[in-house]
Amino acid sequence: MIGNGLEARIRIRRSESFGVDVELSVLPGETAALLGPSGAGKSTVVAVLAGLLPLDEGRIELAGTPLDDPAAGVFVPADHRKVGVVFQDYLLFPHLDVADNVGFGLRSRGVGRDETEERVRGWLTRLDLTGLADRKPSHLSGGQAQRVALARALITEPDALLLDEPLSALDVVTRARLRRTLATHLDGFAGPRILITHDPTEAFLLADRVLVIEDGSITQEGTADDLRLRPRTNYAAEVAGTNLYAGSATNGRVKVGDHTLHVADTLIDGPVLVGIKPTAVSLHRQQPEGSPRNSWRTTVEVMERLGDRVRIRTGAPLPLTVEITVAAADALGLVEDAPAWVAIKATEMSVESDDPR
Amino acid sequence: MFLVLPLAGIVARTPWSALPGLLTSDLVTDAIRLSLITSTLATVMAAVIGVPLAWLLARVEFRGRSLVRSLVTLPMVLPPVVGGAALLFALGRRGLIGEPIYEATGLLLPFSIWGVVIANTFVAMPFLVITVEGALHTLDQRYEGAASALGAGRLTIFRRITLPMIWPSMVAGLVLTWARAFGEFGATITFAGNLQGRTQTLPLAVFVALESDRDTAIAVSLVMVAVSLFALVSLRGRWWRTR
Repeated sequence: MIGNGLEARIRIRRSESFGVDVELSVLPGETAALLGPSGAGKSTVVAVLAGLLPLDEGRIELAGTPLDDPAAGVFVPADHRKVGVVFQDYLLFPHLDVADNVGFGLRSRGVGRDETEERVRGWLTRLDLTGLADRKPSHLSGGQAQRVALARALITEPDALLLDEPLSALDVVTRARLRRTLATHLDGFAGPRILITHDPTEAFLLADRVLVIEDGSITQEGTADDLRLRPRTNYAAEVAGTNLYAGSATNGRVKVGDHTLHVADTLIDGPVLVGIKPTAVSLHRQQPEGSPRNSWRTTVEVMERLGDRVRIRTGAPLPLTVEITVAAADALGLVEDAPAWVAIKATEMSVESDDPR
Repeated sequence: MFLVLPLAGIVARTPWSALPGLLTSDLVTDAIRLSLITSTLATVMAAVIGVPLAWLLARVEFRGRSLVRSLVTLPMVLPPVVGGAALLFALGRRGLIGEPIYEATGLLLPFSIWGVVIANTFVAMPFLVITVEGALHTLDQRYEGAASALGAGRLTIFRRITLPMIWPSMVAGLVLTWARAFGEFGATITFAGNLQGRTQTLPLAVFVALESDRDTAIAVSLVMVAVSLFALVSLRGRWWRTR
């Protein structure tokens, strides 16, 4: 399978003061998220991978074929690349109906009317869009528009899929639901997938690996766990810091795997996302007194020094990233593999419904 | 008041009962036919030359772009008579290009129906170029990028995405161009002359009739006002509906 993925070394100047210098390598079937604040160079990466912007230096190779290699004089323009793109705001053509939007790529590549119609029908069924073929994009819900954008990108059977902020056009309520349907659709695509986002939740829940981009370069790369434990920049610490668990809530209790968390919100029900800030967790040598309801015995697995703070990864039953001061860590005599007690106040946990209807 | 008064003048002086007779005279029917044909042909020519030009100005960066843009808009501010004279110097029998064309083919552009069309196009095309270029600038170019990423070449993008998306402005520009060509006087009379049935358009007919036959002049003026108003009102309706 190696060699069918995406290999990109991107070097491009956008202005006197801003340039992008990024290396990306994504395997088939892998989802890599490019996570960064606005202005970090994410849109440039999208444009370069899609072929809308040529590189100054570097090389892009997809499925063994060079797409852009200025040194070798190679540049495959956008319309000859096999890169499917779901654009930010979807960019569905407003004057074309759903069927024509989805069929646009095939028609542009010279596929006949009848065959296009048949394949469009297949994709509409596959993405649960039957009955909407004659609708104009302005008459679609956010979720429908997203699926149309996906169908439009996937119908040409691209070698890679590029998703540019696929959820940011949606309101918060719809976002959680669509994130999960998107995950299902991503799994159905065999090539490398690149997700561009500024939302850490999106990156951690949809991607296998996260690349943090800041000011035109990758500042960190790894899994969600890596980023939480060893954030290399303030931005990474801030966005990647929060422990995030998907669980199911009833009566102020959230079941995460075999573990139960007690939350302040007793009304919330069904699938939820629980967020716990590393600074909201306290560590103790013995079972804490007055016993906060969320307290359990665990082991210190990894300790990482971060300035005057220490980030600690705890083990079973519910892995957590905890941040305490160096002084506190010393006072507790914490070392790797030592036992410890964690405690979290119910009010320190954020609970957000993951299945709004 | 200042705007309505001249119109009221025309309406007040219109000899309503004699109107049918006046409007069916040879002078008038010839001029109406010629005007409709030439301003329509001029609009077509303006579209064929002007739309690619507008696209070039809006989408392609090249040296001297602002110079080209000024040149395109020049006929809008130039006195039409000067425009006509310039056309004569360029395309006339002794003109810069006119002479070799005449010697090679015997084709004489001035004082022919094609002279009228060229004069009309020269004066009216800027309206189309400016409207279309403006629309192209306002259009979110990311749609064209999306089409490109879906495998569409430049021509397909223009035909299936750009043109339909700027269509309301395109129509507005075409109507304005047509209306301007329909009312063209100065460049036409200078470059194409004033021959009834061949180059005498409606505005020229009004000018001639004012000397000899006031009633006809007024009747023709009324027709022109009606046509121009109709064009502008239809334009307004379209703008209101689509924006």
